[in-house]
Amino acid sequence: MEENRGGHGLAEGNILSTWMILFVVLVLLPSMFRVSLGISHFYVKIIIKMLEWATLQIEEGVKKQKALALENLISTGIIQREETSMEQEIAGQCRGRFNLADVMYFSKKGCEAVAEDEVTQRFSSEELVSWNLLSRTNANLHHVSWQLTVVWVIGILIRYCLLMPFRVKCWLSNQVQMICATLGVRCLSGLVHFHNRENRPQEGGICVANHTSPLDVLILASDGCYSLVGQAHGGILGLIQKSWMQTTQHVLFERSEMKDRHLVRKKISEHIADKAKLPILIFPEGTCINNTSVMMFKKGSFEVGGTIHPVAIKYDPRFGDAFWNSTKYSMMTYIFNVMTSWAIVCNVWYLPPMVKEEEEDAVHFANRVKAVIAVRGGMSVLPWDGGLKRNKVKESFKEEQQKRYCQIIIENGSVGNGNVC
Amino acid sequence: MNAEWHLKHKGVSHSQITRLYSRFTSLDKGENGTLSREDFQRIPELAINPLGDRIINAFFPEGEDQVNFRGFMRTLAHFRPIEDNEKSKDQNGPEPLNSRSNKLHFAFRLYDLDKDDKISRDELLQVLRMMVGVNISDEQLGSIADRTIQEADQDGDSAISFAEFVK
Repeated sequence: MEENRGGHGLAEGNILSTWMILFVVLVLLPSMFRVSLGISHFYVKIIIKMLEWATLQIEEGVKKQKALALENLISTGIIQREETSMEQEIAGQCRGRFNLADVMYFSKKGCEAVAEDEVTQRFSSEELVSWNLLSRTNANLHHVSWQLTVVWVIGILIRYCLLMPFRVKCWLSNQVQMICATLGVRCLSGLVHFHNRENRPQEGGICVANHTSPLDVLILASDGCYSLVGQAHGGILGLIQKSWMQTTQHVLFERSEMKDRHLVRKKISEHIADKAKLPILIFPEGTCINNTSVMMFKKGSFEVGGTIHPVAIKYDPRFGDAFWNSTKYSMMTYIFNVMTSWAIVCNVWYLPPMVKEEEEDAVHFANRVKAVIAVRGGMSVLPWDGGLKRNKVKESFKEEQQKRYCQIIIENGSVGNGNVC
Repeated sequence: MNAEWHLKHKGVSHSQITRLYSRFTSLDKGENGTLSREDFQRIPELAINPLGDRIINAFFPEGEDQVNFRGFMRTLAHFRPIEDNEKSKDQNGPEPLNSRSNKLHFAFRLYDLDKDDKISRDELLQVLRMMVGVNISDEQLGSIADRTIQEADQDGDSAISFAEFVK
């Protein structure tokens, strides 16, 4: 009996040591020397093939039911809009006078906004065109075919029993910052393509990027050292932030504090004046957006002067949703979700540095940088403020709409008879 | 929530209902199955619409502060585009919600606050004031309202009825 147990214990010890050796060889060593073994690439290729097969399965399955349902499933918007401006709709041939029917334009726009609006949909996860076999992303879990279900079940087993424990083990063993970051990226099965590395931010510059999740920091940190400016969080993220503060110089602030903003600006300008310090990483949107569009860039970081190095970060949503909806999920839930996805695949483009021109004001410069980032990342540009995630919209926007309407119905300073129509 | 009933009476398909329902739940921050006025006001594009408050009111039934999903869908169904296969439906059935006359009724109700089926000068003035803000003086606004009523009013009661509105 005892020999059996001894033998058993030895076998377990063997398994453990093999595991450790595998871990060191396959993960730690390559990370330390920043070498890629190509395993991640291969893994990603397999997943792509599988997702394509799954999509075909879904399409065939639905043909057996009804093709109409699939059409609606894949449509990208819930409503069809006519993109007409206020001028076109109301004015028509009747410029210079008021019509009872003018109210139809506003009510139509209002109901369109209720059914689907551009802003609030950016604060929740992107809707995928086809399912990526994570039950989180599929609202309509139809039973399509038993083969698909089998694949899905296998997928669950792999993700929860194989990938996650492996990642947790990795996650617990991080110590050094840059190796930590690379290790972290590898552990989340992160496959990051860096483009244009010759444009990487140098000392004394400000690096700006679009913001989707805290992983952005991890990804950028694995390719260079930065000083961070960010919102002070409580909870787990707060602890991580505090420990990070010990090692390098970072600036933390409270989003709602007015005087904090001036303090932050002062600190930033001091920081970049000192050429020896690390470049600063700033996310001018101010909050996490779901990676389909770039929202308003706050002008604060663009007023300070200095060179701006724009960076565009675009995640591939097929493999896992990297967006952190901080109003809905806590940090732990988010990390858990990320760890149980297929992979995090993203593209990072380093764009050529830009400088504010003489007569340009900060807002215009910010919009210029924003447009460059959006074009590179293939995202749309929205003038709305990311702060709308938490706050209400300002009254001045409504007044602007009212003014525009007045300009239509008034001609030459008074409401005349206009054209008879 | 009987999907077939909705399909027959409102012409809304199953997947459209699902999408609208997920929109409804994402707006419902309190997660109690109904929407309040604050939930609507959180939509930025609606908040800057000059007639935003009136449109929000159109969703809520008389004297109530909460709207459930059925009411939500009902109001939005007014704006569904008319499809070809519906034009041949029987004439005796209930009129589809998105017919022209129902759309006009919706607009009429935006003006007619006291629901007496007439738009009085005051009601017209109120809506006008909402649409133009502070950019037009009271006298000018009054003259616009008077002229509009003059042109539309046919039975001489200094108010606009629904029939006159339709023209």
